[in-house]
Amino acid sequence: MRRIPPALLVPAVLGLLFLVLPLVGLLVRTPWTSVPRLLAAPDSLNALRLSLVTATLATVLSLVLGVPLAWLLARVRFPGRRLVRALVTIPLVLPPVVGGVALLLVFGRRGLVGSWWGLSLPFTTAGVVVAEAFVAMPFLVVAVEGALLAADLRYEEAAVTLGASRWTVFRRITLPMVGPGVVAGAVLCWARALGEFGATITFAGNFPGRTQTMPLAVYLALESDPDAAILLSLVLLLVSVAVLVGLRGRWIGEGGMA
Amino acid sequence: MGSKQRILAVVAVVAMLGLAGCGGSDKPANEPVASGSADSLTGTVTVLAASSLTEVFDQLGKQFEAAHHGVKVTFSYGGSSTLAQQIVNGAPADVFAAASPATMKTVTSAGMASESPTVFVRNQLVIAVGPGNPKHIAGLADLIKPGVKVALCAAAVPCGAAAKTALSAAGVNLKPVTLEQDVKSALSKVELGEVDAALVYRTDAKSASGKVEGVEFPESAKAINDYPIAALKDAPNPDGAKAFVAFILSAPARDAMVQVGFQAP
Repeated sequence: MRRIPPALLVPAVLGLLFLVLPLVGLLVRTPWTSVPRLLAAPDSLNALRLSLVTATLATVLSLVLGVPLAWLLARVRFPGRRLVRALVTIPLVLPPVVGGVALLLVFGRRGLVGSWWGLSLPFTTAGVVVAEAFVAMPFLVVAVEGALLAADLRYEEAAVTLGASRWTVFRRITLPMVGPGVVAGAVLCWARALGEFGATITFAGNFPGRTQTMPLAVYLALESDPDAAILLSLVLLLVSVAVLVGLRGRWIGEGGMA
Repeated sequence: MGSKQRILAVVAVVAMLGLAGCGGSDKPANEPVASGSADSLTGTVTVLAASSLTEVFDQLGKQFEAAHHGVKVTFSYGGSSTLAQQIVNGAPADVFAAASPATMKTVTSAGMASESPTVFVRNQLVIAVGPGNPKHIAGLADLIKPGVKVALCAAAVPCGAAAKTALSAAGVNLKPVTLEQDVKSALSKVELGEVDAALVYRTDAKSASGKVEGVEFPESAKAINDYPIAALKDAPNPDGAKAFVAFILSAPARDAMVQVGFQAP
């Protein structure tokens, strides 16, 4: 075996430690004796349930809107495509709190859309889903678009020469081919939605059982009951690790992931 | 060659930062402080303050800087309970000004205050409503009328604790739509028109006058918040910390705070 150059090995190990140590810290400081009491607290369970439900709904919303958007970006030539691609990734670089404020200005009671359709999204569970989807959907779009760009176009072309419509080609050829990419994108999107904090607390507020997701519960528990915050963080960590381990195989195999 | 220079530059910057961080900490801590006089104060005074103090402390900070040339005051505003946790976890701060004795106690019982805290002002709750009071809210009982959306502070934050006390004193069982993490975010929900009312401090309603109106209610007298201030034990700038606390407790500073709606203790 060839020697690993220390100039690469040392920073690599340091990088790994840097990423893993905070998680070790959580494990070390977890108040194991009070785990049953804290986990049985209705607010913790509510927050966990709410987080899982809203992250899943946000992922479904992102799939319904994001996969067609990715297809449009990858398969259709239209003027301003590069601009659209940049617009889609804006939520990736925008601080989530800013995203939350922007959502308020659009979907709030006095917002551009909110005042017009008379529907009030802030402070509702639907508002949480909207905030999470806003932040997480770009992950899905980027992943699916990458998979689409990496897929072999010849199958689609062959189907077209055999008389298939574009919709049929998408359904029968494209989607099955990029299936792993869609799954990977959906899992990333779900994980991002699960951890969403800034946009949620800004747009949907914080109320136990309705809009208080796990990250919000952790943040607020830190001020009154740090033990509960550590434990809630650990639960969130376990869920994310489970997701990432489940994802890993596909992720590595997916050459087209951007 | 180029990279070596870059490394040297980084080392120099780090060294400078380290020196800047030490500024002022090597002087005796018990110098007398007389605000306004030419003195030996230097460096930065970092003040963690309850978010309800934002406007008045910004203004007082400028006065303090004008009185002490070469001193810079930086503020970090937030919910008092958040700030208290930051101090307990070792945030490098010189002074803590809390909106309640309970949040100050988090800091003192962790042994992080260098002196026993002094109450410098008191504050009272009002109901913040939109301009013109569109929902005709005259008291706490009106907050449970159907169709009225109310934001409160979370119970861990002083304004939330005070709201809880006032509401139970009035016997009003209020279901808020959100529990905000500090008083300013509760206020901003009224300013944005997302809620019809929020329980905030009189000073907050005053600072946002034009965008919100403050409705006084009698039960707020049962939930008056004392604001304690203390210099911190691990202050990087202990002299600056002492001087700033003395300045806040001085008569001119108190007058400035009374002018924006605080009550003298």
